[in-house]
Amino acid sequence: MQPTHSSRRILLPVKPWFILFTLLTAMTLNAVPLGRFPGFPDWIALTLAFWCVREPLRVGMLTAFIVGIVMDVIGGAVMGQHALAYVLLAYFAGQLSRRVLWFGLLQQSLHILPLLLLSQVAMLITRLMAGAAFPGWWYFAGCFLAAMLWTPLNYLLLLPQFRPVERDDNRPI
Amino acid sequence: MASVAGQGPPPFFKRGPAPLARLMFLLILCLVLLIADLRYRYLEVLRQAVSVVTYPLQMAAYGPVELARKVDTYFSSVQALTRENADLARKQVEVSGRLLRQDSVEQENLRLRALLDMKAQQPVSGVVAEILYNTRDTFSRRVILNKGLQQGIDTGQAVVDDAGVIGQVTRSYPLQAEVTLLSDKDQAVPVQITRNGLRAVIFGVGNGQLELRFLAASADVQVGDEVVTSGLDGVFLPGLPVAKVVRIDRDSSYSFARILCQPAAGIEQHGTVLVLGNREALPQVPEQAPVRDVPAKSKKGRR
Repeated sequence: MQPTHSSRRILLPVKPWFILFTLLTAMTLNAVPLGRFPGFPDWIALTLAFWCVREPLRVGMLTAFIVGIVMDVIGGAVMGQHALAYVLLAYFAGQLSRRVLWFGLLQQSLHILPLLLLSQVAMLITRLMAGAAFPGWWYFAGCFLAAMLWTPLNYLLLLPQFRPVERDDNRPI
Repeated sequence: MASVAGQGPPPFFKRGPAPLARLMFLLILCLVLLIADLRYRYLEVLRQAVSVVTYPLQMAAYGPVELARKVDTYFSSVQALTRENADLARKQVEVSGRLLRQDSVEQENLRLRALLDMKAQQPVSGVVAEILYNTRDTFSRRVILNKGLQQGIDTGQAVVDDAGVIGQVTRSYPLQAEVTLLSDKDQAVPVQITRNGLRAVIFGVGNGQLELRFLAASADVQVGDEVVTSGLDGVFLPGLPVAKVVRIDRDSSYSFARILCQPAAGIEQHGTVLVLGNREALPQVPEQAPVRDVPAKSKKGRR
């Protein structure tokens, strides 16, 4: 079978409610209280990056902005902090979407890592300018963890779009 | 736009503004939001509105954590519970003696104050609440309480536990409240040292410790001094324990001493806290006397 840029298997079209569901799940995961350790992965950033790369026409900067505002409220952060970071992330992920999907999953995660790092640096700069203290270097551990989770997340989020491989000897395609 | 055939062209290339233009628009919007929130605090209403929607989500996220905590409590050994029980019983006896006398002492105090024609110390009510969890925001030190506006918790109220001050309510949602801990970098509390009544302001350092700032290098502070609220802010009641001085660096090259303190209350622990009701407003600051041409000598004497 001819490999397309998005998958080696023929995928079903994505369902919009599934995108919404995954974003809500990511929000819930982000809202789980885990103490003061700053190095947990940002699930929303990862999920947003995934959908911006996979479905650039459905999920874009506006979605990122709305999700960011909600995350600002959940996290008790300054209004606009997450929104700013996620909008930047969505923009660059959208720009990369044509290119990234030609690579394997590991190389894809290497493309995503700088984007996640950028979004964290954007948040750090906004808060440092507002007078907050530097949270320590563990703060950046989150995006590396998230980049490592790219491969399992890919399979998980594409699961509803896979369909059984039909082997029909009479019809090669 | 109708063509010759009487139909519009199919929207093949209709994609709205260019991505860069959209990015710029949204970034500017974010910056406006940031400034409106940080500088002018205009967005609390928006925050409350969104929080109503996100509340079930947060509770869903908190559910498993609470369950884990409950299971942990359930399986905590009987020995630990017995010890805790004995501890509590001992404390109860210790405190009850004082409590028994408190009523009479308060009455006596009231009478003496009336004799002296002083304003009676106001009684302050409180709401007992539970600390649910820390906020995710890594740049500040805040916790969420399980009670909010509906139980009468309002912004600005002081929060204490059994050992001392924990912090102050900085945001109140309908069902939750956000408390900024003393160790937050932006939290400042006017305090005084019990030993000599020296007034100062205590700030959070960020790593769980507190710092007494703007005290001269020659100020009379010793390691082990108890620091209590002075009540000059009109928010905290006077005399609540805040911290204990643990380290003093007197560097003569700076005009201020660096005084580090350890908070008296279990700031980083979870548990039950008391949100104190609002204090009555402080008396108005008297009008400043009109500036007259005073000779330099008397100006120096006035402080």
